Amino acid sequence: MSDVKLVLRGRVRAVLGENIDTDLIYPGRFLNVTDREKTAEHLFELAYPEIRAGLQAGEFIVAGKNFGCGSSREQAAAALKFAGAGAVVAGSFARIFYRNAINLGLPAVVSAEAHAGCEVGDELEIGLTQGVIRNLTKGTELRAAALDPRAVELLEAGGLIPYLKKKYAA
Amino acid sequence: MGLTPMTLPMTMAEKILARASGREAVRPDEIVVANVDLAMSHENADLVRKSFLEIGVSQVWDASKIVIIFDHRIPAESEKTATTHKAVREFAAAQGIENFYDVGRGGICHQVLAERGHVRSGMVVVGTDSHTTTHGALGAFATGIGATEMAGVWTEGKLWFKVPSTIRIEVEGEFRPWISAKDLILYIIGKLGADGADYRAVEFDGPAIRRMTQASRMVLANLSMEMGAKVAFTPVEEMGPDPGAQYERTLRVDAGRDVAEPQIACPHSVDNVKPLSAVGDLEVHQAVLGSCTNGRIEDLEVAARVVAGRQVHKRTRLVVIPASQQVYREAMKLGYLETLMAAGAIINPPGCGPCVGVHQGILAAGEVCVSSTNRNFIGRMGSKDSFVYLASPAVVAASAIAGRLAHPAEVEAAHV
Ligand code: SF4
Repeated sequence: MSDVKLVLRGRVRAVLGENIDTDLIYPGRFLNVTDREKTAEHLFELAYPEIRAGLQAGEFIVAGKNFGCGSSREQAAAALKFAGAGAVVAGSFARIFYRNAINLGLPAVVSAEAHAGCEVGDELEIGLTQGVIRNLTKGTELRAAALDPRAVELLEAGGLIPYLKKKYAA
Repeated sequence: MGLTPMTLPMTMAEKILARASGREAVRPDEIVVANVDLAMSHENADLVRKSFLEIGVSQVWDASKIVIIFDHRIPAESEKTATTHKAVREFAAAQGIENFYDVGRGGICHQVLAERGHVRSGMVVVGTDSHTTTHGALGAFATGIGATEMAGVWTEGKLWFKVPSTIRIEVEGEFRPWISAKDLILYIIGKLGADGADYRAVEFDGPAIRRMTQASRMVLANLSMEMGAKVAFTPVEEMGPDPGAQYERTLRVDAGRDVAEPQIACPHSVDNVKPLSAVGDLEVHQAVLGSCTNGRIEDLEVAARVVAGRQVHKRTRLVVIPASQQVYREAMKLGYLETLMAAGAIINPPGCGPCVGVHQGILAAGEVCVSSTNRNFIGRMGSKDSFVYLASPAVVAASAIAGRLAHPAEVEAAHV
């Protein structure tokens, strides 16, 4: 049933700063793209097109605090997910982005230590329910917040849609 | 003996969530499942619709509690948008969603929701737009959610919330001439930071707030989103926080002393706030007056007053967007649009216009815009190499006349 593993392994694709807003992640001019998969084509399009270009499936985006601030646009989380990001790890998340990510089945991991403790290319192992990130390249352990059971339930279902589908349309 | 749950004093957010989740009392950090009273979407109703159809339920939970208002791209600026508009239009008809405001019937979603009486105090309102916080000015627990989550609301009519702790902001003192709610809230965002109210509720109160118009209170609740607030309240007659309610912190502001000058949010973040005199000389290519923050009658009135009998500077375009059809018509009757147009302004149809960088006033590389809107992120209104400075309607109008960032008092004194 689970298409998201609770221990993730992958490389860091990008380390970004604080207050990475949803216009940076997914510019407003592409909001009329309502096919979720197609949103991936515009990930970071104005500001960091090179991140999307080089993103390999399962790689992580690491950032400072307040990742995803700004608009409620779900395309920001969808673009990351469908471009192949395995998770976003940030000092904190703006609340709507966080909910969107989990609802779409994209793990969003809160860690105050990750931003300083990771570099592009580092290999990480993230224990979503354990609240720990192992930086295998550096041989360090970084503290993270364990995902709460509600988020784990949604991620394990593959997101809110499959979760509700099972509940209502069975 | 301790207090029983029934007598625990609660903040506005706690009271509304307790009622909506069928509890006697709630406390910060508790998770509650609340019944939703009103669910609003704009064009992104198309995303909601798709998620809803995927879930596979045939009928929305309560068509009378759903409102859909087109505003981001009206009239449709491309075939792609026209196609999503059409799909939503047909879906609304099929589902019996009567509160559907099509092109020419409404305007910016938050303005329409408020002016058409959809929001009442004590309601839980969710919208697929982050500035849904605006409706805290009407006493609603009102917050933004994503499209898939809204599909869940359309299915179940309820949503989980973590009860937020509350920041209380007390404002006293008298505003100086030309200083408005926009300057106050930009000052507060500058102090607290872009994440200063993340996950929190905000309650504004104090004599300076109680003297404000409803429209000005909406400015405060609207922009509270830019410091991360989940919900933001200004006082309403029908209900208030309980005396003795617990606050995470209280911030006191003196409107006259602390906000002595117009406040400007400089590129590229809303918390990069400086008093006007600290920004320095800045040539302005476009001035935008509009949005869910500052596109109401009082905003058009002050702008008309500033530009009356003057001409917009030759290097500057002044783009004016009344927030709704209703605002547009009233501004027309009152002569504000005539005054603005005589000065050289272009009037866009009611809607979001250039605020979200789609159409009707996009910026080229190197251009500077002074705007009464609410976001100045990189590329928000066009080129990633353009610059957006957020300001009050009075400063936007004054800057359009001066062709550079200007205090309205300067323009007034210049007798030009
Ligand atoms: S006016 Fe701007 S901020 Fe307000 S709803 Fe429209 S796009 Fe969003």
